[in-house]
Amino acid sequence: MSAAKTEASASGNGWVGLVPVALAASLFVWFLSFVPQIGAGEVVRLSWDWVPSLGIALSFLFDGLSLTFALLISGIGTLVLLYSNTYLAGHPQYARFALFLTSFMLAMLGLVLADNLIAIFVFWELTTITSYLLIGFGHETYKGRRSALQALFVTGAGALAMLAGFILLGFSMGSFELSEILAQGDALKAHAMYLPILILILAGTFTKSAQFPFHFWLPNAMAAPTPVSAFLHSATMVKGGVYLMARLHPGMAGTDVWFWTLTVAGAFTAVFASFLALRQTDLKQALAYTTLMALGTLTLFLGQTSAYAMTAFAAFLIVHSLYKAGLFLVVGCIDHGTGTREADILGGLARAMPVTAAAAALSALSMAGVPPFLGFIGKELKYAGALEVQAMETVVVGALVLANALMLAVAAVVAYRPFWRPAGGAMPHTPHEAPWPMLAGPVILAVLGAFFGLFPGVLQWALVDPTVAALTGGDLHAKELKLWAGVNMPLILSAVTVALGLAIYAGHRSLRAALIRATDAGPNFDRGWDRFLEGLKALAAWQTRVLQSGQLRSYIFTVFATVLVGLGGTILARGVWQGFPDLSGVTWMNVALMALILIGAIMAAITRSRITAIASLGASGIGVAMIFIAFGAPDVAITQLLVETLVVVLVAYALLRLPQLDRPGERDWRPWDAVLALGVGAVVTVTLLAVLATPFDRRLTTYFETASWPEAFGRNIVNVILVDFRALDTFGEIAVVVIAALSAYALLRTTTDKAAKPATQKDKAS
Amino acid sequence: MEPLLALTIGVLVATSVYLMLARNVLRFIFGLILISNAANLTIFTAGRLTEGQPPLVPEGLDAPAVVVANALPQALVLTAIVIGFGLFAFALVLMFRAYSTLGTLYSEDMRLAEPREDRAS
Repeated sequence: MSAAKTEASASGNGWVGLVPVALAASLFVWFLSFVPQIGAGEVVRLSWDWVPSLGIALSFLFDGLSLTFALLISGIGTLVLLYSNTYLAGHPQYARFALFLTSFMLAMLGLVLADNLIAIFVFWELTTITSYLLIGFGHETYKGRRSALQALFVTGAGALAMLAGFILLGFSMGSFELSEILAQGDALKAHAMYLPILILILAGTFTKSAQFPFHFWLPNAMAAPTPVSAFLHSATMVKGGVYLMARLHPGMAGTDVWFWTLTVAGAFTAVFASFLALRQTDLKQALAYTTLMALGTLTLFLGQTSAYAMTAFAAFLIVHSLYKAGLFLVVGCIDHGTGTREADILGGLARAMPVTAAAAALSALSMAGVPPFLGFIGKELKYAGALEVQAMETVVVGALVLANALMLAVAAVVAYRPFWRPAGGAMPHTPHEAPWPMLAGPVILAVLGAFFGLFPGVLQWALVDPTVAALTGGDLHAKELKLWAGVNMPLILSAVTVALGLAIYAGHRSLRAALIRATDAGPNFDRGWDRFLEGLKALAAWQTRVLQSGQLRSYIFTVFATVLVGLGGTILARGVWQGFPDLSGVTWMNVALMALILIGAIMAAITRSRITAIASLGASGIGVAMIFIAFGAPDVAITQLLVETLVVVLVAYALLRLPQLDRPGERDWRPWDAVLALGVGAVVTVTLLAVLATPFDRRLTTYFETASWPEAFGRNIVNVILVDFRALDTFGEIAVVVIAALSAYALLRTTTDKAAKPATQKDKAS
Repeated sequence: MEPLLALTIGVLVATSVYLMLARNVLRFIFGLILISNAANLTIFTAGRLTEGQPPLVPEGLDAPAVVVANALPQALVLTAIVIGFGLFAFALVLMFRAYSTLGTLYSEDMRLAEPREDRAS
């Protein structure tokens, strides 16, 4: 994004830049005012009817979990909006950017506060759409467009699955209100639909929170401007999936399938992402992968049910948001001050950017889990929680130690090397310190990380205790957050982590080379995605080739085949066929009329002679007219005779100028068409017989019969219907005939100039 | 009598579908004529048949004294016949015009807008 960025100035973008900051800040203060109430263990619920007939309400729930998220979103949102106002100062499309970012923040707040499944889905999709717009903010580059579309497709596909899961969940439990569903958690876990619901919802949360194998879109989403990455891809949007799993935790956790799915996916994502993080040389990409690690860890803990695991989740959620948003903003400052984010080039920035360096150091120490920062407490709790995992403790603990050690190494790469080590090459700009609005975010977030580390009691009371209560449905109490818990297993593990992490950092350059070789050899999900899209396009092209052949005959064939299958299938499924009809009342004259019609139609279908065809059509039409006469419809019969005569005359006239029906030496015999034709004819007959077997409702006819003379003064009821009761229809009919006549005239008139052209039939073998 | 007509209509539909699937558009138009007849007969039959009693109100009465033929389908069929004729006439002229411009009556060879070469690629 540095290409689109203009030279920053503290002046920002005027009121367009400041209004969103004020909005976010006031929301933050409003949420803060709930803290005493929620901290005391209360739950606040607001509700408005939305679609009452479907049981859908716009209801919001403030408990520990949603309030923690709301505070993180609005707080970090405020800092990020303030930061962006300077980072993108003077950008011609800043208003658009601010609108997207503010809309995203509001959608995200809606998501974490909503208590209705449908409302959650709507807000969920709103975050998907706004994040699509934000990732694609640099839409002039191919990479920006591709990354935005990829994020949209992956998370959108997951969201569709999730919607199906929500609907199943709502109907299975008889309510779309989450609080009501979660209150009957045991019934849900025993429900026959539990597994399908779980799979569908996890499809949504795993794609949103970028769990393996859906992880590939998140690093690509870093195409967005850095403040967006700090906000969406560290603190908020990607945590949407984690949030939903946490929200459903009291109702759905505790089963084997929940435990294994979340534990395995989370642990694997965490370790896998940590290695990939070390591989990156772009600071922002390195941070992107550590975000995956954090999401994996959070998912892992949501798989558990112990009090330590829940406390670890709540603490690490807050820790991670603080340091990760801070570090992203620091990287933005570095990019802004030097023009590059390449780890191998950057160095010696501490002198030129002292404030940034200090903020980076504080955040990185928290990320590395060094005392007395909040990150240390979070890490201790993670180890304590991991030691209580129901199965495979050693594997989980081992995975966490490895992931945390790698995290420490990445923290050093991001926050130590660029500032305190000599530069590896020439930087595009002479380094200079960022202006204060860009420093406010990193500094405040870093200081909070240190403050909460020294005084964990504040956080415990305000957010962690209520969050754990929300996660467990109030069954368990949170474990205490403290810096010194004595010499115990977690502390030993911490020591191991630090030693391992420092060792990895010392050798990270050679390790990186090895990692690059290893990952290049393995499957590449990003390229797999491209192949998937190409396959999709090839499928669409193939389908178009098959369905849109450009052949009139195949279109007509498809239409009639659809009629046959649709009508015939319904007949078979409903058992409409009622045996052969009773033909006892048939007279010889009736049979003679039928014979006339049928012989005419069949002759027309099989003849090769044009004259025979016209004559047969005429005979068939006259047969129809005679049926009208026989069954009391003289007016219809007259019209039919007139029209049939005109048809014969017109066709005969046209045939004077047209070639034979078949090309020389060809014969018109199409067995498959004949099969289809017989099938369609049969279903029409059966359908009509079924219609005739139903009781007949004469009310409308009786009305016309009794109203014809008294109301319209006509004794011919058919005529009265046409010119009086349904006069507008008749008018429309006349209009159709006039339009047909005018169009025919226009077609014929333009023919005359070209009529001289020799009309030779192209005799191609078909 | 109605079941017999239902059979007739089935055969009419079958012949017209077969004709409409033909390569030669003139045969398609023959099919169009037959399927219009089949549709009209369907409406007429579905309204039930009454032999020899046209729907007329006798002089001096407000309503027919005996059971007369159903007037409503007759009115619908009258409209349908005329519109069917309009459709037929337009299709015939269109075909005529297509022949004089393209020099063929075979729908597969009418490829002015989508030449065959395009499909091969």
